[in-house]
Amino acid sequence: MLSRVRDIANSLLLGELVKGMRLTGRYMFARKVTVMYPEEKTPMSPRFRGLHALRRYPNGEERCIACKLCEAVCPALAITIESEQRDDGTRRTTRYDVDLLKCIFCGFCEESCPVDSIVETHILEYHGEQRGDLLFTKPMLLAIGDKYEPELAAARAEDAKYR
Amino acid sequence: MTDWLARVQEWAQGTSTQYLGADWGPPVYTTGRTLVMIVMVLAPVVLTVLYYQLIERWVIGWMQVRKGPNRVGYKGILQPIADAIKLLTKEQIVPSGANKGLFFLAPVVSVGPALAAWAIIPFAPDWVISNADAAVLVMLALTSMGIYGVIIAGWASNSKYAFLGAMRASAQMVSYEIAMGFAIVGGLMAGQSMNLTQIVARQDAAVGFFGWFFIPLFPLFIIHYVAGLAETNRHPFDVAEGESEIVAGFHVEYSGMMFAVFFLAEYANMILISTVSALIFLGGWLSPFDFPWVRDHAALLAMPGIWWLLAKILFLMFAFLWVRATFPRYRYDQIMRLGWKVFIPLTIVWIVVIGVMMMPPIATTWPFSIWFGR
Repeated sequence: MLSRVRDIANSLLLGELVKGMRLTGRYMFARKVTVMYPEEKTPMSPRFRGLHALRRYPNGEERCIACKLCEAVCPALAITIESEQRDDGTRRTTRYDVDLLKCIFCGFCEESCPVDSIVETHILEYHGEQRGDLLFTKPMLLAIGDKYEPELAAARAEDAKYR
Repeated sequence: MTDWLARVQEWAQGTSTQYLGADWGPPVYTTGRTLVMIVMVLAPVVLTVLYYQLIERWVIGWMQVRKGPNRVGYKGILQPIADAIKLLTKEQIVPSGANKGLFFLAPVVSVGPALAAWAIIPFAPDWVISNADAAVLVMLALTSMGIYGVIIAGWASNSKYAFLGAMRASAQMVSYEIAMGFAIVGGLMAGQSMNLTQIVARQDAAVGFFGWFFIPLFPLFIIHYVAGLAETNRHPFDVAEGESEIVAGFHVEYSGMMFAVFFLAEYANMILISTVSALIFLGGWLSPFDFPWVRDHAALLAMPGIWWLLAKILFLMFAFLWVRATFPRYRYDQIMRLGWKVFIPLTIVWIVVIGVMMMPPIATTWPFSIWFGR
């Protein structure tokens, strides 16, 4: 009986509502968690999966041996590979396209690669302005790999002990 | 200050009579004076609306532990200007199959009453465009008109979401109109007048905020405020807009400037309800520290003035945002239950209670003599 009276009084005096408003009032003065994006950035894992790249060995030879495991594993069918025998008898790709509009950035291509050739970099700020801009071809991917090789190697080295 | 104003008025009156004659001078002077006063009231209202929505975004941001808009200008203070320019330059899209005339009429019908009601709002003893004796009735009539804008917008849009939103809004606004009207009736009884200036004067009991009507009329004060939230379709009663259910409700088909006009109407209504609440329940321009002791030692603190009214309005406006940041949206049947089964009975009961409190033997005994003793 008494608890029922207390319940009714509480609901008439907006007890619960005042409690809620006290909470939001307190949070109004709390430290804000906003990250002011272009100036501030959140820390990034070495496993971050961004734009793709094709890597080379230190002697300049491209790593990719056209095994097509990445093409096979790609759930979004974003990778297209054509290959042929090079003059020295090794198998190499003549075409290696990644359609970033199809790609879901799952990282399976990187996982499947036996020679650590196709990798996903930490680059996330890129865009295309017209149709076809986001279809990355072999020279483009190799260029990205060449440009960021030190960082890519460092990220892979940092993650190596967990693999 | 007042001297200077009186001299300007005298000069305008003199010149208008001198150049237009005794027949045409005075009416032209009166019209011009009213127009100037309208601009003096509405320009700050529109500016407040502009910045109210910035402050809304800030306050809700802070309460959600975000920073809110802070890019345009210093800390984001030019954000509303940028928004206004964006809305002004956007295309006005009229949906195919829309009733064109009504479609263009709806924002006007919506914003007209929201701005017209400011005519009867006093800001200080003589600072009022029209010191009408039935001011509260005018205000109730005009705020009820705002519903038509919503209904017309929903009907004319030829969109099911807009129509659903309009139906929800009209049912909700009609229901809460009653509770709000009864809450104001309580204020009228206690104030023994329908003139807002006199209602405020009645609360001047020389005992600071103890003399204000929100103490004997506390349930009505709360109900008036909550019904005000529902009237303006604000959270937690915003089923009329209900983003997750019906996109944006009645104004889903409006773009550009016409959307901005709906926006202006909603926010002008919010400020209006805060103002009416401050006038009827929170003692208007009276000082909360108006005790005899303060009067003797710090006269300025006890002085009534427009700044007290502004402070009260700003607090109530802030509470609108605070409520929005705190409470989730009501379910539709809960809104109807609250309006019809809780608020209307409560207000009617409290009107009887006020009547009892105002009867002579009780009205003259302390503490009721503070409010009803004169």
